[in-house]
Amino acid sequence: MSIVTVQLGQCGNQIGFEVFDALFSDSHCPQGLCSKRENEAYQASCKERFFSEEENGVPIARAVLVDMEPKVINQTLSKAAHSGRWKYGQHSCFCQKQGSGNNWAYGYSVHGPRHEESIMNLIQKEVEKCDSLNGFLIIMSMAGGTGSGLGAFVTQNLQDRYSNSLKMNQIIWPYGTGEVIVQNYNSILTLSHLYRSSDALLIHENDAVHKICAKLMNIKQISFRDINQVLAHQLGSVFQPTYSGEGSFHYRRNPLGIDWQVRPPLSGLPMLGKMSLNKEFHFNTSIANLVILRGKDVHSAELGAFKDPALYTSWLEPVHAFSVWKTQRAFSKYEKSAALVSNSQFLVKPLDMIVGKAWNMFASKAYIHQYTKFGIEEEDFLDSFTLLEQVIASYCNLGF
Amino acid sequence: MEEGVVNEILQGPLRDVFDSKQLITDISGSGNNWAVGHKVFGSLYQEQILEKLRKSAEHCDCLQCFFVIHSMGGGTGSGLGTFLLKVLEDEFPEVYRFVTSVYPSGEDDVITSPYNSMLAMKELNEHADCVLPIDNQSLFDIISKIDLMVNSGKLGTAIKPKSLVTSSAGAFKKRQEKPFDAMNNIVANLLLNLTSSARFEGSLNMDLNEISMNLVPFPQLHYLVSSLTPLYTLADVNIPSRRLDQMFSDAFSKDHQLIQADPKHSLYLACALMVRGNVQISDLRRNIERLKPSLRFVSWNQEGWKTSLCSVPPVGHSHSLLALANNTCVKPTFIELRERFTRLYKKRAHLHHYLQIEGMEESCFTEAMSSLSALIQEYNQLDATKSMPAEDLPRLRVAV
Repeated sequence: MSIVTVQLGQCGNQIGFEVFDALFSDSHCPQGLCSKRENEAYQASCKERFFSEEENGVPIARAVLVDMEPKVINQTLSKAAHSGRWKYGQHSCFCQKQGSGNNWAYGYSVHGPRHEESIMNLIQKEVEKCDSLNGFLIIMSMAGGTGSGLGAFVTQNLQDRYSNSLKMNQIIWPYGTGEVIVQNYNSILTLSHLYRSSDALLIHENDAVHKICAKLMNIKQISFRDINQVLAHQLGSVFQPTYSGEGSFHYRRNPLGIDWQVRPPLSGLPMLGKMSLNKEFHFNTSIANLVILRGKDVHSAELGAFKDPALYTSWLEPVHAFSVWKTQRAFSKYEKSAALVSNSQFLVKPLDMIVGKAWNMFASKAYIHQYTKFGIEEEDFLDSFTLLEQVIASYCNLGF
Repeated sequence: MEEGVVNEILQGPLRDVFDSKQLITDISGSGNNWAVGHKVFGSLYQEQILEKLRKSAEHCDCLQCFFVIHSMGGGTGSGLGTFLLKVLEDEFPEVYRFVTSVYPSGEDDVITSPYNSMLAMKELNEHADCVLPIDNQSLFDIISKIDLMVNSGKLGTAIKPKSLVTSSAGAFKKRQEKPFDAMNNIVANLLLNLTSSARFEGSLNMDLNEISMNLVPFPQLHYLVSSLTPLYTLADVNIPSRRLDQMFSDAFSKDHQLIQADPKHSLYLACALMVRGNVQISDLRRNIERLKPSLRFVSWNQEGWKTSLCSVPPVGHSHSLLALANNTCVKPTFIELRERFTRLYKKRAHLHHYLQIEGMEESCFTEAMSSLSALIQEYNQLDATKSMPAEDLPRLRVAV
């Protein structure tokens, strides 16, 4: 079961490289802390998932690189080739000469339709190389023009053409204090459009990852490379193979098989009878949590705390909301490692902030002319605002 | 429209850089008369100009931007230069027009410069995407500052003779004879830094189309105040953080601006920081956090920062910073221009030189005046909001 990755824009391509590098390094890590046979099964599974084989044995990433200006893609391709260990396909990239100017409308309404044919053909070619396609990982940022606008367009296309395959978008949430002045507009347009066509949005906030680099890793002069590597490490620990229920040596066939399709009950259903006494701890209320454990002693790990009803919304039993995957093969030289993927209220505050700032700016009509120039009208903005206010309200209601 | 300057260039050290077929000259010049430059030479040379433009454009794979470099106070640069803007807009509507305009200083020796500048302003208002105003007084002050530092020996390091900040004819005495070379060098550096991210790689690229997108919230407010730091070279490669931070602080000081303006005490609509060299995202963020409290941003753009990181520093430096501000501090320049114009126009001095040109009427002057007054009024309205607290507007309420 393979995943095809689509890397969009500067952010998407820079991160994509680190992700493949992390996946490759981990799968070829000599100290797997497990038996040789198991290690080989792990490697084979990882290989099939993310890389295809070439004649001379150098694995090729199952990826399509898209950017509207050439500098980053050229850099990414050469970095991969220089490593000598893996590389990108020679014809896997689509590039233009002029960027999207941080303009979501330009990425979505101009570049999208103009290059739809070429980009979707590239993706199709990559899909054909897979024995069996599980789904797509689309790596993009929300703040810029290509990743955000063209990313939304491509995801929509993937939804139309590959409706049976999973589409997961890895989205980079920009720093709160501007990288791009119109980042809030670009973000709300991206999120509202992705909501209609993506199956899952995996969020990484630059501010949060930056803090990890500063506080946990003590890096003095933090570069984007540092940030991207932390991100890649996190993604790797989620997407690398894990055991399926059938026991060891059988790696889970569906890496993206997380059941995110939880629907709240219609009002009128009786509330479940337990009242949790631990509400004062103010955890974010979740509707789904997935813990992935790798390495030594995974089977004896104590996970009771994750099953506390206080963590979950009142209309869900923890047993339905919480999953754990345990794999003995260690990840990336860490004797023990754990990853948590969570669908919870954690995003309410950042989302609310972005919507608030975008709304303030929208009220003054600042920068709107840059979007209407390319076909995104005030109505489209209003639709986006409405949709996102509904998302915020829905998540807020989980707490009750 | 006269041959002296162009001939000098063709005989100078850069003669091979310019294509001699792409040059247009006349004999007598425009006599410091905007009307002669705009109306007479405009219609005379329109065909030729168009033809040469088209020829240049054909050589481009992807034409993104025009740079128009001129002065406001004279006849050719001001008149024919702004005529050109209209031609570019009609012929290449999708290509950005960036204009670097030298505004007349207080002690300007061209009597009619207020007329020329006023008439040119109207054209800039209507046909330029982005204007970077410069004035000679500021450039001169900057050069004097550098000379003072060099001669007082305050700096432990000497200015490297090949540094582009000071021209190779670096001696103080020589400077007094030919100050314009050094002053123009600063403007050249401005343009170099502006395009650095488009020419070189970096972890956060910024193309020219992103400048307009991020820094022009409303079409008519497209005047950007620029500042360059450092003004002197630093010989060490591994600059300790303190010196790096000083570079950021300097960018906001009124002594480093390329026009007479004080952005720190006016209102920011947007600000772009284009960094070159060994500077990482954490350095950038630390300095933005540090400087933010002392700057005032308009209520709907409190985090109005656009940033870029280019890995390649300018020759002879280890890093540099170009700050572009859309700030109400341009207003005094315009107000002064209006005043000097009014003083002259009231007496109808020298008016006949203009009115005798075909196509010129008094309405040209009055229209130009209202155009400028409207612009000043926009800045006034923004300044009026400076002291008002930023209020969060009521958000959309949705049913869940």
